[in-house]
Amino acid sequence: MAAISRRVFLKAGGGVAASVAIGVPALTQAATSSAEGRVNLPYPMNAITKAEKLQVNTPVPFSYPDAASPCVLIKMGTPVPGGVGPERDIVAYSTLCTHMGCPVTYDPGPRLFKCPCHFSIFDPEHVGQMVSGQATENLPGIVLEYNPDDDSVSAVAVEGLIYGRQSNLL
Amino acid sequence: MATNKDRVALPPPGAQKTNLACHFCIVGCGYHVYKWPENQEGGRAPDENALGLDFRKQLPPLAITLTPAMQNTITDKDGKRYNIMIVPDKQCLVNKGLSSTRGGQLARVMYSPEGVGRERLRSPRVYVGDQWVDTSWEDALALYAGVTKKILDNDGPAALAFDCFDHGGAGGGFENTWGTGKLMFSALKTPLVRIHNRPAYNSECHATREMGIGELNNSYADAELADVILAIGCNSYETQTNYFLAHWLPNLQGQTVAQRKQRFPGESIVPAKIIFVDPRRTPTIAIAEQAAGKDNVLHLDIEPGTDIALFNGLLTYVVEQGWQDKDFITAHTNGFDQALQANRMSLEETSRVTGVPQDKLKLAAEWAYKPKASGHRPHAMHAYEKGIIWGNDNYLIQSALVDLVLATHNVGRRGTGVVRMGGHQEGYTRPPYPGDSKIYVDQEIINGKGMMYTAWGANPFQTTLNAEQHRAVILRRANIVREAMASVRGGSTAQRVEAIYDALKNKGGLFLTNINLYPTKLAEAAHLMLPAAHPGEMDLTSMNGERRLRLSEKFTDPPGSAKPDCLIAAAIANTLHQLYSAEGKQDMAARFAGFDWKSEEDAFNDGFRMAGQAGAGPIDSQGGPTGNLVTYSRLRAMGNNGVQLPVKEYRDGKLLGTEMLYSDYKFDTSDGKAQFKPATWPGLPKPVAEQKEKYRFWINNGRINEVWQTLYHDQYNEFVRRRVPMAYLEINPEDAQALAIVSGDVVEVYNDRGSSYALAYLEADIKRNQTFMQFGHFNGVMGDLTTPWTDRNVIPYYKGTWADLRRIGTVEEFKRSISFKTRRFKA
Repeated sequence: MAAISRRVFLKAGGGVAASVAIGVPALTQAATSSAEGRVNLPYPMNAITKAEKLQVNTPVPFSYPDAASPCVLIKMGTPVPGGVGPERDIVAYSTLCTHMGCPVTYDPGPRLFKCPCHFSIFDPEHVGQMVSGQATENLPGIVLEYNPDDDSVSAVAVEGLIYGRQSNLL
Repeated sequence: MATNKDRVALPPPGAQKTNLACHFCIVGCGYHVYKWPENQEGGRAPDENALGLDFRKQLPPLAITLTPAMQNTITDKDGKRYNIMIVPDKQCLVNKGLSSTRGGQLARVMYSPEGVGRERLRSPRVYVGDQWVDTSWEDALALYAGVTKKILDNDGPAALAFDCFDHGGAGGGFENTWGTGKLMFSALKTPLVRIHNRPAYNSECHATREMGIGELNNSYADAELADVILAIGCNSYETQTNYFLAHWLPNLQGQTVAQRKQRFPGESIVPAKIIFVDPRRTPTIAIAEQAAGKDNVLHLDIEPGTDIALFNGLLTYVVEQGWQDKDFITAHTNGFDQALQANRMSLEETSRVTGVPQDKLKLAAEWAYKPKASGHRPHAMHAYEKGIIWGNDNYLIQSALVDLVLATHNVGRRGTGVVRMGGHQEGYTRPPYPGDSKIYVDQEIINGKGMMYTAWGANPFQTTLNAEQHRAVILRRANIVREAMASVRGGSTAQRVEAIYDALKNKGGLFLTNINLYPTKLAEAAHLMLPAAHPGEMDLTSMNGERRLRLSEKFTDPPGSAKPDCLIAAAIANTLHQLYSAEGKQDMAARFAGFDWKSEEDAFNDGFRMAGQAGAGPIDSQGGPTGNLVTYSRLRAMGNNGVQLPVKEYRDGKLLGTEMLYSDYKFDTSDGKAQFKPATWPGLPKPVAEQKEKYRFWINNGRINEVWQTLYHDQYNEFVRRRVPMAYLEINPEDAQALAIVSGDVVEVYNDRGSSYALAYLEADIKRNQTFMQFGHFNGVMGDLTTPWTDRNVIPYYKGTWADLRRIGTVEEFKRSISFKTRRFKA
C-alpha cells in the first residue's frame, strides 16, 4: 500500500518538476496547487536504471532532483540499511560534501566516499554516516524506489539537505 | 510534521548579527549569529537574505557551510520565538570561514525544549528523600551557604573542596574564572581546589614557564611561515581542527611559499615538512601525507613514554653536529652546559630506548635543525599537547623539549615557537592561590578529608585518574549525607544544615554540589545542583591558542533561571555576606564583599581590567597590567579578530596586541635570560612500569574529532551519539582476531585499578599490543584504569596505562548503525 500511495503522491510532484524545467519558480507553483497541504517537498520521481544492469561496487552517476545536484547510485552486493532492489543493496547519495560542497569521490576499496578538501569520509553502507571529518550532517541519501514489475530503480526523495541550497528543490 | 531536514530558513536582511567565538576547542573559530523572529524568513535572491548569497541556483563549493545543524529555534524570556543561524565568519583570521564538526553545531546545542539541550538544568535542584526536585535559588543558596558557613566557622576553609574549571570557552572565560576564583581564593580562602582535568591546583606547563617561556608564544600565522613543523603528541586535525586546516595545511601544500619568501628574503624556501612524534599513526598523519606528500612527512613512532630520551638524543646529536645557535645561547640563556651534560644520550642509546631507527633520528635532526642551503637556520615550530602534558613525565619532557628548542633558537623568531596546542580556550584571571604547596585533592577525598565538595563546570567522574576508586569513595561518602538529609522532614534550613553537618563531621560524609549546564554523572552523588549558562546566553571573553581575546556576545537568555557562573559565585558570596553581617561578624562579612555585580561585564571590569592597577589586590591574569585597556565596547568593535594579548595600546579606535612573544629576547625570568633545565631520561615511573609488566595492552587514549570533552552536549546529540554511543577502542586486527574480537564488539578493558567497557574498532594502523581508547566518555570511563601516579607537580600520566582485554559480546544496534571503516584518510 505504501508504494502505491507514494506513486500517486509523486504524480502530483511530477508536474512541479516539469515547471522547474521551464523556469517557473517551483514553490510559487506549489503554493497555489494542492501542495499547500503537504509537509514534504514535492520531489520528482526519476527513473535511474534497471537493477539488472548494475555491477557490484561500481558507482553509477546521475543527478537528482535536478541537473545541478550530482549523485551516485551503488549496488553494494550485500543488504545494507536503506538499500532497495531484490538484494536490498542498492543505495544512492548526493556527492556534494555536506561540509563545504566539494565533490566527494568513491573509493571502491574500503567502500567509502572521501572529500579532498577537508578530508571528511562517509560510509554508503551505513546511511552515509560521517566516519571522520568536519561535516555536521551525514551525506544526503537519495531515497530510492524499486519496481519489481520492470526492474527499475527510481529516485523519489532526498533525506537531508544537499550542500549549497536553502531547500533541496531549487 | 516533517522530520526530513531538507530545508533551512534564511535570515532576512537586517536580522540581528552578533559575534561568537566557538566555545569548544582552543582554536576559537569566529562565527556569526543571526537571529530573527520565527515568523519571518529571508528570500533566495542575494538581496533578500542576510548572507547575501544567491540561493536561486546551486552554490559553488566552498561558498559557505550551511547545514540544518547551524539552525535552531529559541525562545527568549519574554516568550518570543526566534530562528537563529550560526555560520563561520569568513573574515576571521583564525578559521578563515571554515567550520569544524563541533563548531558547526553551535546552533544545534543552544537550548530548545525538544533539542540537544532538553536535559539542561533550568532551575536549582535539591536531593530530597530519594529524588531530585526543583527548588528556588533562595532555598538552594541558603542551603549551600549554610553548610559552607558552618564548615568555615568550625573547621576552617581547608575542608571546602572544589573541582573547578580554570579556563575559557564554554566552561569559563575571564568573567567566570574571576568570579569563581574570587569566591574560592580571596573570600573562602580554601586551598583544597583541583582543576577540571587534574587532581590539584597546578599548571600543565610548569617547566616551560620556569624556563622563562610561556606556552602560548606564537601566532597561528607562524605555522604558515615554518620550514618544518614538529607535531609532538598532538593530533591536530582532530583536536585543533581549523588551526590545522586553515594554517598548517596551506604551508604543507606549498601555498605559502611566496609569503615565506617575502617574509624571509634571501633564505632557501621549499614547501614545508612535518615531523610527528607519536607512538600512534593518527588520522592527522594520514592527512599530512595526502597534503604534503609522503616525502615531506616523518613519523617518529616512539615507544610510549620515551619522549625525554628522544629530545635528549636529538639535542646531543645537534650539538655534535654544531647546529646549535652559539651566539643566542651565550647572549640570552643560562645553564646550557649543565643541561647538555645531564641530558646527553647517544644516538644509539636513543634509538634503543625510543625504538626509532638511527637514520630516522638523523633525518629528523637534519630537517629541523641543520642550516638550510642558504646558510640560514630553519624555522622549526614545535607544537605539543596531551602526549606531553599527560606523558612521562610532564615536567621532564617539557624541560627536555624546551632545551632542544632553546639550543636551536626556535622561539621568538617568526615561523618558530614552542607552543602547546591546547584543549579549550583560556581565560585566567584569579586572585593568587591561597596555599604554598600542591595538594593532591583526589587523594585527600579518598582519605576522608574535605567535608564539602563543589564540582563546578567539571566532571571528575569521567575525567580523573584512578577514577573508579575516586568515584566509589565519593558515592559512599555522599550517600551518608543523603541519608542524613532524608531524615529531616519539614525541617528549617538551619535544621537541614545541622543534620548535614553532623553527617560530615561525625560520619565521614561529603556534601556535594554540582554547578553545571547538565546534571551529568555527578547527579548520581550530588545533593544540590545549580544551573549555569554558556556563551550565547551570556557575554563572555576568552582567548585562543595564539592569545587572541574575543567577546562572544549574548544573544538569548539562559534556560529557566540558569545564570552565568560569575553571577552564581556572586550570589553565593552575597548570601554569605548577609549571613555574617546578620551575626555582626564584620571581618568575615568583609571577605564576602565586592560581589555586587549585575552583569558579566561587571565581573570582567572587577577582575581582568583591575590586574596590576593601583589599589587592586594581587591578581594573576593572562591579560596582565595592560588588560585595563580592554573594555567590552572596544573589544566588540574588534569583532571576531579581537586582539592578541598582551595589549600594547589603544590607538585610533583599535586595540593593538602582540603577535609573537620573546622576539625582543626578554624571557620571563628575573634576569630576562631563558633557562635551560637538566632532564635526564628517568625510565617509566615504578607503578606504571609494574602495570606495564602485568598487562599486555597499552591503553593510549585521547579525544576524537566528533566529540567534545565529556559529551555533555553530545550525549543528547543524535548526530554524535549515533556515531560514538560508547567509548571506542582502536585495536590491531591481528590482536583482535586472537581474542575473537570483531569491530562493534563490546570489550572489557581491565587491570588492577579498575574495569571499563569499550567498543572495539579494528584499525590496521594500530600497532600490535597497543590500543587507543576514547577519553572522557560517559559510557566507558577510561580514567578508571589509570594509576594514581603523578609527576612532581601532581600532573597525571593518563597516557601511561596498560590493561588486558576480554570480549564481552555485541550490542546489536551498535553493530548495525555504526561504521567501523578506517578513520584514516587514504588515497
